[in-house]
Amino acid sequence: MTKESKNTVDSHGWVSTLFRRRETSLVLLIAVLTGLTDALNPRFLSPQSLKDLMLNVSIIALLVLGQTVIILMRQIDLSISSIVGITAFLSGDLFVSHPGIPGIGVVLIAVLAGFLLGTVNAALIAWGKIPALITTLGTLYIFRGANYAWVHGRQINATNVPGSFLAIGTSTFAGVPILTWIVLVLLILFSIGLRQYRAGREYYAIGSNPNAAILAGINVSRRVATGFILSGAIAGLAGALWLARFGTVDATAAEGIELTVITSTVVGGVAITGGVGTVFGAVLGALLLSVFSSTLVFLRVPSFWQQAFQGAMLLVAIAADAYLAYRYALRSRVRWSHV
Amino acid sequence: MESRMSENQSNTRRLARRVSWETLLAFLVLIAIAGGTFLNKDFLTAENWSNLLANFVEIALMALPLSLIVITSEIDLSVASMLGLSSSLLGLLWEYKLAMPLGIVICLLVGALCGTLNGFLIVRFRLPSLAVTIGTLALFRGFAYILLGDKAVADFPPEYAEFGIGNILYTFLPWPFLLFIVLALIFWVLLHHTTVGRSIYAIGGNQTAARFSGINIDRLKMLLFIASGIISALAGIVFTFRFSSSRADNGTGFELSAIAAVFLGGVTVQGGKGTITGVVLSLLLIGIINNVLTLADVASEVLRIVTGSLLIISILLPNLIASTHERLRLIQRQREIAKLGTASVTK
Repeated sequence: MTKESKNTVDSHGWVSTLFRRRETSLVLLIAVLTGLTDALNPRFLSPQSLKDLMLNVSIIALLVLGQTVIILMRQIDLSISSIVGITAFLSGDLFVSHPGIPGIGVVLIAVLAGFLLGTVNAALIAWGKIPALITTLGTLYIFRGANYAWVHGRQINATNVPGSFLAIGTSTFAGVPILTWIVLVLLILFSIGLRQYRAGREYYAIGSNPNAAILAGINVSRRVATGFILSGAIAGLAGALWLARFGTVDATAAEGIELTVITSTVVGGVAITGGVGTVFGAVLGALLLSVFSSTLVFLRVPSFWQQAFQGAMLLVAIAADAYLAYRYALRSRVRWSHV
Repeated sequence: MESRMSENQSNTRRLARRVSWETLLAFLVLIAIAGGTFLNKDFLTAENWSNLLANFVEIALMALPLSLIVITSEIDLSVASMLGLSSSLLGLLWEYKLAMPLGIVICLLVGALCGTLNGFLIVRFRLPSLAVTIGTLALFRGFAYILLGDKAVADFPPEYAEFGIGNILYTFLPWPFLLFIVLALIFWVLLHHTTVGRSIYAIGGNQTAARFSGINIDRLKMLLFIASGIISALAGIVFTFRFSSSRADNGTGFELSAIAAVFLGGVTVQGGKGTITGVVLSLLLIGIINNVLTLADVASEVLRIVTGSLLIISILLPNLIASTHERLRLIQRQREIAKLGTASVTK
């Protein structure tokens, strides 16, 4: 799938491919971390804490799906946390102002709202030709500011939200929370979409080499716009699910989670320089970050350390990707020199 | 008809050449002052201007080295986190009864170290500055939380607090503003009147050409990131004294205003363009707009809508103007070709 793995398939076969994939090392890391923490504190693998872990990772993993598509194209979307904040409050507000509204209707409206906010980003980036970083840094604060102005100190409580909707975040099916099932289904759809479909391959092509993508006849602007609209719609869905998971929402909901999402995606092997990575890896990155922060909690490390660890992990992941790319470049130079 | 159009167009182009971005900004600043005076009778008072100038000092300080970094077509998103780290460290050192001057020096040194880390990762490992400084944005803010947690240190000695809130003798100019004026002059001379400044423009204009003309790009970029670290730490110290408060979340989100000021000041995203005068004028403009809205009781979170919009507009507007120019030129060329075609047919 990635550049390295294709190369290794030619020369070494599937065993070494398996070992070289980022997914494998992530699974190993997660296993080691879980094993160590469990040895120190056996409650770590209790059904309740496993359920908590799955719930914690689900919304981040969902946002990671959208961010993967964005980072694959060498872009970035910082505004997702504000979109989640707005749509989470919007969902709660709908239940308050329209009692008896069906849950699915609320979810659809939240997705639509996310879609519209994503369209604002898309228009500015694809047609206004403003770099994604600047656009989404601006809209991160514009959307959040609009949210503050609209919410105006109000708060949604769990008592305002029907129990059937909160059940998405609490009840389980086959031992796995409904919330996690939703994310798993989307993960599989995204994985197939990015692997098998033309649109999916175009995301990779744009990130690998934007100029080549244009020459290959890909409508880059439209593809980039679609990516940001998709990311917005997913953030809208995440907003509705945020309400189902936490029940309590105010103007500060989800503030700052864009850093967790970007870190998860990059730790999961989606190179910040574009064109490399899979959604499975990115979601494993989210899982690793989540396991890591639970480990810190179980080891009684103050929660104030979390953010610094996250920043450090992001830096290590970026450096690792750059090192792998450098090694790959060296190896391919040797290989091609025979021709 | 065609001649009239091209005449129009050359007029606008001549106008565009004569009216620089800085003149436009100066004009906007005047409009903002006039508007502020009209909207609020408290606006044009010495006390309010003292507030206005003091309120943007930290962001103004951080915007100076950031402008230079953006001109070399890199970016530093971690400035606000370095401010927070420096503020927290200063509070913690003061709590441990360290002499204040020593504490200040240590904070500046830590700022330099933070900048060195940014520069090292970007220059040595050739990592994109955007990604690196998103990482250090989280890392440095995380360090601030590790140092102070959710505590606040507030009992700073009165003479330092006086530096933060007092005005220069017999004027309405706050002391920290003097600091900004001095640094702005230094950066102005550096960027516009030294070879270092020419090198910075050269790197932003064409990095490869700059390398072949013998500019030590790596060292210069490294120094710029270190300068950004030191000055962000300085901004953290000013912030701490101004509010007599050291907290881990001090200055969260300030990077938005600093970056907005840089781009609104006429520094382009592609690098290679921009002046200190422009950045100072755009800082003044943002300061006045924020002040007028604050006087009108607009909440600070809502104010960020304005700052965010200014950031986007400052890039969108030149892009739209450029693309309109391009389209006009294409139309004109098509017409010329059509004219040539008919001319040859009649022959």
